Amino acid sequence: MTFSPESRPRFAPAELIRQPAFTALLALVLVFVLGLLFSGDGAFYKWGTHRDALRQASVYGILACGMTVVIISAGIDLSVGSVLALVAVCFSLFGIHWQWPAYAAIPLCLLIGAACGVVSGGLAARFGIQPFVVTLAMMVFARGLAKTVSGGMKVSTAIRTADGDYSYVEVPDIFRAIDSRLLDGNLSVVSLIFLVCVVLSWLCLARLRWGRYLYAIGGNEPAARLSGVPVAAMKMLAYGLCGLFAAVAGICQAAQEQQGDPEAGVGYELNAIAIVVIGGTSLMGGRGGIGLTLLGTLIIGYIEKILSINAVPEASRLMLTGAIIVAAVLVQRRKA
Amino acid sequence: MPLHADRPGPPTPVPLLRMAGISKSFGRQQVLREVCFDLRPGEVHVLAGENGAGKSTLMKILGGVHTDYEGHLELRGRPVRFRSPRDAAAHGVAVIHQELSLVRDLSVEDNIFLGREQSTLGWLRRGPQRRRAIDVLALLGVRLDVRRPVGSFSIATQQLIEIAKALALEADLLVMDEPTSALQGPEVERLFACIAGLKARGCGIVYITHRMEEVYRLADRITVLRDGNHIGTSPTAELPAPLLVRQMVGRDLSPAAAASAPTAAEVRLRLDGFTLRSAAGAARPVVQDVSLELRSGEILGLAGLEGSGNSALLWGLFGAHDGPAAGSVLLDGRPYRPTSPRKAIRHGLALVTNDRQRTGLVPALSVARNFTLASLPQLSPGGWVNQTAEYRVAAALAQALGLRAASLRQPVSTLSGGNQQKVVLGKWLNRNPRVLLLDEPTRGVDVGAKQEIYALMRQWSAAGAAILLITSELPELLLLSDRILVLHRGQVAARFDRGDATPERILHAAMGGQLT
Repeated sequence: MTFSPESRPRFAPAELIRQPAFTALLALVLVFVLGLLFSGDGAFYKWGTHRDALRQASVYGILACGMTVVIISAGIDLSVGSVLALVAVCFSLFGIHWQWPAYAAIPLCLLIGAACGVVSGGLAARFGIQPFVVTLAMMVFARGLAKTVSGGMKVSTAIRTADGDYSYVEVPDIFRAIDSRLLDGNLSVVSLIFLVCVVLSWLCLARLRWGRYLYAIGGNEPAARLSGVPVAAMKMLAYGLCGLFAAVAGICQAAQEQQGDPEAGVGYELNAIAIVVIGGTSLMGGRGGIGLTLLGTLIIGYIEKILSINAVPEASRLMLTGAIIVAAVLVQRRKA
Repeated sequence: MPLHADRPGPPTPVPLLRMAGISKSFGRQQVLREVCFDLRPGEVHVLAGENGAGKSTLMKILGGVHTDYEGHLELRGRPVRFRSPRDAAAHGVAVIHQELSLVRDLSVEDNIFLGREQSTLGWLRRGPQRRRAIDVLALLGVRLDVRRPVGSFSIATQQLIEIAKALALEADLLVMDEPTSALQGPEVERLFACIAGLKARGCGIVYITHRMEEVYRLADRITVLRDGNHIGTSPTAELPAPLLVRQMVGRDLSPAAAASAPTAAEVRLRLDGFTLRSAAGAARPVVQDVSLELRSGEILGLAGLEGSGNSALLWGLFGAHDGPAAGSVLLDGRPYRPTSPRKAIRHGLALVTNDRQRTGLVPALSVARNFTLASLPQLSPGGWVNQTAEYRVAAALAQALGLRAASLRQPVSTLSGGNQQKVVLGKWLNRNPRVLLLDEPTRGVDVGAKQEIYALMRQWSAAGAAILLITSELPELLLLSDRILVLHRGQVAARFDRGDATPERILHAAMGGQLT
């Protein structure tokens, strides 16, 4: 039997149906059909609804991209919500209070997020502590740090002066820029940032040696180590990237709210994990990809949007989301 | 509190245990064929056989682990069929497993009574339980704080606790599977004294060991199994060591292949006093003071039974041993310290482990990606994987190895065992290793694939690679090795040249017997 680089597997519909990408796509189509049926008095037919659905899901999506990279290495990062808050606070402090230019504030914020991730990853990989525990600790620590930096209050354009009064400053240009839209208002900048994150993490996972090593580590860590994969370093970088993306999400969040809230991002890590799981990436590691996470983000985003245009109360929305996550995981299990 | 205080003294003529016509298959593989076995009260009955002869399977049937078998099992003259290990224990059958089955974080007393705690209305009766635990341990000559967690004791002590756990059952039928594998001299003596005490009380003991001296010190009778067949049962006096070994090995060997006979090739790998200790801190090193020379183009066979340390030796050389190492290693005349697999690979070593599912392959990755996992740095300049080159390399490997796969993009887990093993070998073939460490490279592989793997090994050694080969199949070892080194309890027990090695002599040395 010969194998040429051109030989592709034969087209087999039965095989295709068992691919996670197919299941996720099917779910997205299903959600779309639901949207067409329950269109909220025609709101679903308007382009603006779709633009907003994508914009509202973008921050979660950015977190989910980093989470995917970590989960594929058979890890988990619970600290992304807190890191998001920490960076949102820092970004507002640098940009609004201290009036730093964007080229100074943004790199420093990204560095803070990446550092949080590298610390978690380093502790998990070098000392063999479970990622769940390490990142749980980082989640608590980063939240505390966010409150310390902000003095426990929202960092906004209202600045308390020495005599107890508030003085108001202008919202910096960079905040406005991130919160704006492109292409005649048809694409939010935040959504564009999300798509850039998707492309970047796809390149990492699908094209870089590093990504291949992460799949190998998640799929069989002892075998990867015995094949010469530098396991600890690769894991540390994965958490670093996850922290970096949490920082990106924090910057976006701060720009959208025009303030840095130390209480922001509570529970976001769970949304990010839910998106990854619904997409079809295995929590056991070694299987999945960014494409699936993109689909997962759209599924969650559209469900939220459809529920909100139909004025479903938040309580029911939460319960429905929970049920949908379980359903998605059950479908995944049947395949495995 | 004495054990079995009210047991009648003289042994009854009814055997304690009678197993007749026991057959057992796993899938299509039959591991036991019509095996008979019996045990009298007050007797130590040694069960002997090579690795894979079916000893453990037979004992798992007796212990209620395997409930799906053909044949007949009688306990004290009454037919029984155990439904679970718990059921067997309730019938007075206690099994001391080779792998420790203790819960490390529970205390000694809690472990001894795990699953059958003495309680009143759900409240533990701590006092009586503790006194009983202390008594049972005293039988083995062990005095320790029974409230401390098991994990805080050495492996040897844990082994004794495991035995105490079985004794506490007050079973009159004990199965001991290599109980001395982790024990030192004095502890072994105490165990033997305890066995003598149990015999005197009329208990029957099935004893499995790979150590010749234990067989002849303890056994009243010996039963030999080979490839799942019952070869014979004899009183110890009628079965001298050479005959025992012949019964265990006794099979036709395939004719020797043309020897590669390397003569003056340079020494590739040289070990002097190589020693590996376990990370858990057992007193006895896993590998002790091993010295050897391996020339380019040579295949050195490593023989040894379970626990001989030969797998650990390969892991140690590959920098993957989990514990301290000592001694000197020279690679092509230059000192080499094995500290990590990464470093070992850079120095041209390759390790094929004996368990491809757990340590060889990444099942979810494709065939092509498993092929290139160890040589990715060469295929990804600047960190970017060149997928065209990767696929070309994988396709070339698949062709060279005669891999049977529908596509190189299918997950490697979908291949058959033999083809999976070819992928493991191909992963290293691509790196042109200078030293190949092969641990059971033909395990679970069909005959055809076996021949292909042999050919591959010869090809490798002809190209100048030095090969350290472990295989538990003696015919294979004799067929492939230029020289053979036998390990016993971590130490070199014997060295043979190609001409001098016979299955009998190898097995004799592997069991720690003196050469005559």
